Amino acid sequence: MSSLNKLSFSTTFYSYLPIAILFLSVFNEFDFNFLNIEYFSFNFIYIFIFFWTLKNPNHLGYFSIFIAGIINDVVVGMPIGLSSFCYLLICALTAYLRNITLSPNFIKDWFFFLLIILLINSIQVLVLDLIFLIEISYIRYLVNTGFTFIFYPVFLLLFNILNQKIPSSA
Amino acid sequence: MASSRDDFVIAIRSAFLKKKDKQKFSLLSLIFLSIFIIILSSLDFKIIKIVKSGINEIIYRSSFFISIPENKIKDINKQFKIHFKIYDNYQNIQSELKFLKQEKLLNSFLKQENKKLKKLMNESIGSDEIIAKVLIDKESPFLKSIILNKGSRDKVKIGMAIVDGTYLVGKIIEVNFTNSRALLLTDFNSKIPVILEPLGIQAIASGVGKDYGNIQYSREKYKESFKTNEVIVYTSGLGNLFKPGMPVGKILKDNRSRIDFFSDFSQLEYVKISSYNFKGSD
Repeated sequence: MSSLNKLSFSTTFYSYLPIAILFLSVFNEFDFNFLNIEYFSFNFIYIFIFFWTLKNPNHLGYFSIFIAGIINDVVVGMPIGLSSFCYLLICALTAYLRNITLSPNFIKDWFFFLLIILLINSIQVLVLDLIFLIEISYIRYLVNTGFTFIFYPVFLLLFNILNQKIPSSA
Repeated sequence: MASSRDDFVIAIRSAFLKKKDKQKFSLLSLIFLSIFIIILSSLDFKIIKIVKSGINEIIYRSSFFISIPENKIKDINKQFKIHFKIYDNYQNIQSELKFLKQEKLLNSFLKQENKKLKKLMNESIGSDEIIAKVLIDKESPFLKSIILNKGSRDKVKIGMAIVDGTYLVGKIIEVNFTNSRALLLTDFNSKIPVILEPLGIQAIASGVGKDYGNIQYSREKYKESFKTNEVIVYTSGLGNLFKPGMPVGKILKDNRSRIDFFSDFSQLEYVKISSYNFKGSD
């Protein structure tokens, strides 16, 4: 009985962990800014959403991603709805990738991720610069895209470990 | 050919419209909803402002509590750095103190003289100050701003100056009921009128998204008129938004378009929100 309880607790814990990480990261802006390394920044949330919506979409609801986007916009100070739109676009593109992929391949996924973040960041730059007239640094966006791309394999390993701990029935 | 196009259409349709077992909303409907919200947030209706302000209130407070562990890590990191530099800092402070004591004597005389001259010119600047705590200082790589714990309830208004000690650090750009957002001088969108002393040249100090700023729209030849090793950047007071003479930063002879701000924007904990009443300035 006790082991059954233990099992159900860990199952529940691991199944809700992706959502918890998503919300913690948008509230907390997981960006290592305090290291004060010039130009260094990467978008953890892009990697996170890409991985989970590609590998295990049942544990990261679209509505949660939408809400996380709204929170991110408010915390960072961007026009409300923009991050939600970008995050959902990642979801749509990963869903498309899932539908057309028969045998998953890491390199293919990685470069598809690069295409996605280039597209998303371009949309974000266009909307901020042309519609909302907010001045931004193109170089910073480009460097951010580069680091996000480079860090994908590192987080892939970590998320794969977590994904294996989530039972498929949860 | 036709079958590959069909496959593409099916894949797209499935990606956008099909709901998975645990998804309650289709992607397409949420994407349309976010576009609708972007359009709404760009409109200037009162009801939208109220809703936006309400959302900001809740999220800023939640973010403040959730950021507590991260802020603790930041503090520990800062303490370590300070600890390792303690001896060097002591030596520097000693020599600086000696110099400042001499300067203080000279300054008090100039202050009195300045007061008398202003009285003669019938010019005065009154100021209202509110002390505010920095709730969130999430300097995103793209936007440099801070959230303060004072809002319209405390009579904070858009455009008020943010001051750290005596140094200008930014201005208020968004006001909610109990909190507000201030744009820092380091942000790309920050442009303030300044005067370069002792050159006496008017310019615009602009943020560049890094921890320093740039001089813009000044006389082309200001770089050649450098006679001292450093030039101090003060607010010029043009536009009557900021008080003239607030120290902003300094420009060194080696890099004449770069402003090194006096205040460290990553270490702001408490700031003053100031508004100024200009009398007899014309």
